[in-house]
Amino acid sequence: MNSGIPLEFYLVLATVMFFTGVYGFLTRRNLITMLMSVELILNSVNINFMAFNRYLFPGKLEGHFFSLFVIAVAAAEAAVAIAIIINIYRRFTTINVEDVNQMKY
Amino acid sequence: MEAKQIMFAIFAIVIVVFSVLTVTSRRILRAAVSLLMVLIATAGLYFLLNYQFMAAVQITLYAGGIVVLIIFSILLTSQISHKFERIETKKAIFSALAAIAGAVVVITTILNHSFSADTVAAAEIDMHVIGRSLLETGPDGYVLPFEVISVLLVAAMIGAIVIAKKGSPHKDEPAK
Repeated sequence: MNSGIPLEFYLVLATVMFFTGVYGFLTRRNLITMLMSVELILNSVNINFMAFNRYLFPGKLEGHFFSLFVIAVAAAEAAVAIAIIINIYRRFTTINVEDVNQMKY
Repeated sequence: MEAKQIMFAIFAIVIVVFSVLTVTSRRILRAAVSLLMVLIATAGLYFLLNYQFMAAVQITLYAGGIVVLIIFSILLTSQISHKFERIETKKAIFSALAAIAGAVVVITTILNHSFSADTVAAAEIDMHVIGRSLLETGPDGYVLPFEVISVLLVAAMIGAIVIAKKGSPHKDEPAK
């Protein structure tokens, strides 16, 4: 076995992290904390890609590059999301999702 | 226990504890710092898997870039001493039930599936291999996603600037 740590350990750890992020996304009502929950989810998926790449396909680099591109997309997403959040704050002076409802109706 | 297993246990505990703190802390800056700890522990996991390049990317881009961006936006939009009100018990219970149910399903699936894990020793990946395959056009090359991601980053940067810049004062008047 690969350095004494079974693959399942990584997968279970990433699962716990993923569903913690889901819980945060469901309960939080502040835009920035919701963004942080999404970052947790993306990060747990990256752990899965890397562990699968190392344990199941050690000679290849697919998982490695996939998580590299996921990180780049996460960076772009965070930049755009924070621009939107700052714009919302300018307009409504709050970033609570329950108070921002002008475009709803 | 080997040293690697001890290190994995430490990283796992840090990740679980600080993930929970990230989503439950009632002070927003503490939540951001917990997220930083989670991301650094994840970089530690990549070092354990012998992917040094990805660990470095994780630290510089995630822990260095995204968390700093988040902390700056917190400073721009929130009072530091402000505490979130307690979430309603009903909502917390149902969200926790949904999360735990999902986790149970996924974990039982993982544990019931037998992965044919390779016994090859974890070899370090040469930086030259990574750089070459990022810019190669052959069957093992990644030049197309590399170019697409660079266009995406430029588009995101321009979009972020356009969205966040101040409009004319008449247009931005909040319509009450």
